[in-house]
Amino acid sequence: MIKTLRMILGGTCLLVMAGLAQAADKPNDAQIAHIAYTAGVIDIDAAKQAIKTSKTKLVVDFAKDMLRDHEAVNKQALDLVKKLKVTPEDNPTSQALTKAAEAEREKLAKLQGAAFDKAYIINEVAFHKQVDDALKTVLIPSATNPELKSLLETGLKIFEGHEQHAEMVAAEMK
Amino acid sequence: MMAKHISLIAGVFALASSVLPAHARTIQVTVTGMAFSPASVTASVGDTIEWVNKDPFAHTATVKGAWEVMLPVGKSASKVIKKSGMVDYYCRFHPNMKGRITVTP
Repeated sequence: MIKTLRMILGGTCLLVMAGLAQAADKPNDAQIAHIAYTAGVIDIDAAKQAIKTSKTKLVVDFAKDMLRDHEAVNKQALDLVKKLKVTPEDNPTSQALTKAAEAEREKLAKLQGAAFDKAYIINEVAFHKQVDDALKTVLIPSATNPELKSLLETGLKIFEGHEQHAEMVAAEMK
Repeated sequence: MMAKHISLIAGVFALASSVLPAHARTIQVTVTGMAFSPASVTASVGDTIEWVNKDPFAHTATVKGAWEVMLPVGKSASKVIKKSGMVDYYCRFHPNMKGRITVTP
């Protein structure tokens, strides 16, 4: 199981692989909730950066869609963990995802105009694809609480939708 | 008295049916769990499609290059179908959400 997760997320950078090497064999529900929430926060932060930096309506509109959806999903996640009395548990996967996102944010901060737009959208496609794969192969199968599993399944549909939306935006930018 | 009432009521019905086409219907599509349900509906020209968004996310019903209905969180929106044929629509925010309207004349 950990091998699959490493394979999927390892593409991001070496930091992720290092993080996963320390991860438990199979994430528990508290860790899964933390990973899913972290993925949402990462995309919210990326969207805020794009709204601030980009001058392209297509890109800014896309970023606003990401911000709105991920805030809604994370609100549902917070409501659920509260209801289930689960405290999301920080873990090496969440830490590795955050580190990779910080590196990406710094990279994007050096760019402007069309170069920024292109790099942001390309990363959005890649990031959503990684999270889709992690949800499908590790997070959803590992989740034991049915309500958490169901929220992750909705999350997967959202992430898959965003991946396709980002691909459409990328095609329109060409 | 009774007869007068009945003829009045009948008259109102007759008027209504002469004004409104008998076949005009409203077909409801619920948007829930990131999907259009039912995903495929059959309608006639003049019918109204009403989308009821029960998701905590905003959606759209979009036909590329033709029309778009915005579906904010918790709201309903509708569109009168004016042309016969098959219409495939999707959500512009989540293109993996797809629906179809088969319109008969």
